[in-house]
Amino acid sequence: MLSREEIGEIAERALRTCEADEVEVVVRAWRNYLTRYASNYIHQNLGEASLRITLRAVIGSRMGEASGEGADEGSLRRLARKASELARSSPEDPELLPRLGPQEYRKVDAFCEEGTSPSERARWISEVVAHCRERGLEAAGFFSEERRALAIANSKGLFAFYRRTSFTFSASVTSGEGSGWCERSSWRKDEISPREVGEVAVRKAEMGRNPREVGPGRYTVILEPAAVADLIGYLAPGFDALAVEEGRSFLSGKVGKKLFGDNINIASDVYHPLHRDVPFDSEGVPTKRVQLIRNGVAENLAYDRLTAKRHGLEPTGHGLGPRGRLGAIPRALVMEGGRDTLEEMISSTERGILVTRFHYHNLVDPMKLIVTGMTRDGTFWIEDGRIRFGIKNLRFNQSLLDLLNSVEMTSEPVYVSGAVVPALKAGEFNFTSSTEF
Amino acid sequence: MCQGVRQEVDGTRELAELALEVARTCGASYADVRIVRTEEERISVKNCLVSELSRNEDMGFGVRVLADGAWGFSSSSVLSEEEVRRVVAEAVEIAKASASLKLRDVTLAPEPPHTAEWTTPIAKDPFEVPLDEKIDLLTRTTEEALRTRGIKVAQAGMRFVREHKLFSNTEGSYIEQVLYFSGVGFTVFAVGHGDMQRRSFPSSFGGQYMSKGYELVEEVPLLENVGRISEEAVMLLKARQCPEATTDLILDGSQLALQIHESLGHPSELDRVLGTEASFAGTSFLTPDKLGRLKYASPIVDIVADSTVPGGLATAGYDDEGVEAQRWYLVREGTFVGYLTSRETAPVLGEPRSRGCMRADGWNRIPLIRMTNISLMPGDPTLDELINDTRDGIYMETNKSWSIDQRRINFQFATEIAWRIKKGRKVEVLKNPSYQGKTLEFWNSCDAICNEDHFVLWGIVNCGKGQPLQIARMSHGASPARFRRVKVGVAHAK
Repeated sequence: MLSREEIGEIAERALRTCEADEVEVVVRAWRNYLTRYASNYIHQNLGEASLRITLRAVIGSRMGEASGEGADEGSLRRLARKASELARSSPEDPELLPRLGPQEYRKVDAFCEEGTSPSERARWISEVVAHCRERGLEAAGFFSEERRALAIANSKGLFAFYRRTSFTFSASVTSGEGSGWCERSSWRKDEISPREVGEVAVRKAEMGRNPREVGPGRYTVILEPAAVADLIGYLAPGFDALAVEEGRSFLSGKVGKKLFGDNINIASDVYHPLHRDVPFDSEGVPTKRVQLIRNGVAENLAYDRLTAKRHGLEPTGHGLGPRGRLGAIPRALVMEGGRDTLEEMISSTERGILVTRFHYHNLVDPMKLIVTGMTRDGTFWIEDGRIRFGIKNLRFNQSLLDLLNSVEMTSEPVYVSGAVVPALKAGEFNFTSSTEF
Repeated sequence: MCQGVRQEVDGTRELAELALEVARTCGASYADVRIVRTEEERISVKNCLVSELSRNEDMGFGVRVLADGAWGFSSSSVLSEEEVRRVVAEAVEIAKASASLKLRDVTLAPEPPHTAEWTTPIAKDPFEVPLDEKIDLLTRTTEEALRTRGIKVAQAGMRFVREHKLFSNTEGSYIEQVLYFSGVGFTVFAVGHGDMQRRSFPSSFGGQYMSKGYELVEEVPLLENVGRISEEAVMLLKARQCPEATTDLILDGSQLALQIHESLGHPSELDRVLGTEASFAGTSFLTPDKLGRLKYASPIVDIVADSTVPGGLATAGYDDEGVEAQRWYLVREGTFVGYLTSRETAPVLGEPRSRGCMRADGWNRIPLIRMTNISLMPGDPTLDELINDTRDGIYMETNKSWSIDQRRINFQFATEIAWRIKKGRKVEVLKNPSYQGKTLEFWNSCDAICNEDHFVLWGIVNCGKGQPLQIARMSHGASPARFRRVKVGVAHAK
């Protein structure tokens, strides 16, 4: 994987090839591996290496952007020519901001030299598969390794660099009509145990054998962290200051108001030790930690440069594009948790449903924050403080505004599905129909 | 013979031959190589100002091998002899690791070797149309939308793609293809009365997409419709909420396209049926015991898979395994009769040949079974006749939200707008419409399909599947159709 110096040299050469008034270059390099298994065997096994360069040319108040592979002189010159041609043919943009000068970035340590080999990935998977075969179960999932480097540089001296490794091991286990799932991700391989992943997925699958049908209705629900991560991602676009300004957000006219329960605190924090995300945005603006919700109050928004300027504020480093018209979306969400354990949530529940994760969830109403989706891979009926049996999957239509006003208990947060979130217990979760398995 | 094909991939044939030769030397029993170059232009205008303007090019190669009876794949963006040797050796090493955990050796359905060239027929190369002409049309569209009081945001966009694909395998196939597609459309957002409502034209997700050139842009009447669509968005702000009810439902063609996609297209992918997507996209209720037996839909329903239909986003000469394009029935007179297959999966059903459904999202992805163009064949009535024939019901138009369980049984869709139908007339606009059902019950309740005058091949460009995630494009032809006694309004029910 490219070092800071190597990627900087490519960026420097790219900048030199273009003679526009201002030039900006984004260099992305990655080498990824993914081994995928199903029905207890490996059925896909992939490797990928790429280097991708995006060049932005600014001529007066016009900008053009071109991207392609290849860091040789010919490829870079071709990109420079395309970006400049596009800039010249585009209309003047009265709102175009000048490229940023040099910025200071916080260091994020997220790169691990040690990788995996194809045979090692197969061995990890074999461990789970062997465990399943012994019990007459079937396993599916993947083991991936991603190594990527990203740099942004421009003709005004800005240089931003980030490098990351990411390992993910996932297992879905089926036992006839029951299923269980577990997934662990980290920037370090040694923080993941295939045995632990397999055991959790197997335990859930075995608990879920012969699932019974529970009719739709409003139930107390315990959402494991993966289910919480599936839902809270839908909050993020609403915290885009541009969407709020344009009236397209559930927060339009409501910033500073208490919309959620006192116990809800959510931040965008790329520096959180479980995230270690990119410390700058698409224009090289340093990313700030933003407290989105404090004690239930929608406190702060994410700002791109253009929207921030209109409001006389500093951008937060979450901008989505170089022109400022795509807005800003907070990433690396962190939901604060409590001291309750999953076991305590279950033991305190008279009647309720435990959800491992959701499937095919989607936003139904962006203003009321209604999300629909299905449960999957481990949905259980709880009665008198104990898990009694697995149940057939259910469809929900749930307003997140209502959900986050009825959270009764939360656990210590973990990193799952791209978010740092706790498990939570909440009342009156709206399941609207069931399915046949 | 198309001149353009050879010119664009000139110099890469030798690298493809080298890849196959190295694969053989490293011990592969089968290998194929794809060298893919994709050019894309994206233009977006928001409230009369350009919000996105980019030209992207993406080029690289991917090598798929069978060694010790199992698959390996590797890819790179660097097209050099040295890198080809490294990538092929890595693919073989990966395949041998796969073989350590295999059920049986992979066998492929036979396909004769093809030496061929194929290009999407287009009338007007979109990359040759001046940029200012495109930006002007989009700017005027947003300008026109903003004239409607209540429209706060208007976005319009175009997207053009040209994909050059070289495929070669150790069985002697050598295929070069140039595939084009174009897209155009707009979305407006009305804000007021404490609400926000969206309308899109001609469809959601950026508009209409087809395997055509710039002629698509000239065929889609943006300016003729922007006023009407904007007024509808504003009307929705004051409209009544779609009630919770069980009623007769008429879906417009663009929504029906997504219904076909989710409830028949995905479940008929044989890799899903056989379990290889179990951990992510899911499996399927259409198990092989149902083939030729299951009454999937009412007898008026014929659904055809067709990789040859002009304008279809999945239309090509060959798939990414070098299998020739075909047309076949998935549902005939209501009975489920066909799957989407690959060379590896077709033999499992005892079928002699793949249906040619393997496609990869670029050079760096392995081909998967992807939906080809799947269309509901038209029926008899006009839309007016169908509405006149409906005593009490709802007509829904333009998708807004979609969700279906991992075996493709329980679904829920929401659309941007609906009209209440009373005594054969559209009497009232309803906002936030949604409907929910189970696949077999729903399709068996289909009692009328509009005629071919209403038939449109709707393009979908955001179909996700696989890990790492791959995005594919395909079209679904549909005319509006009626379904009896469907649950509506559940998503917003109190």
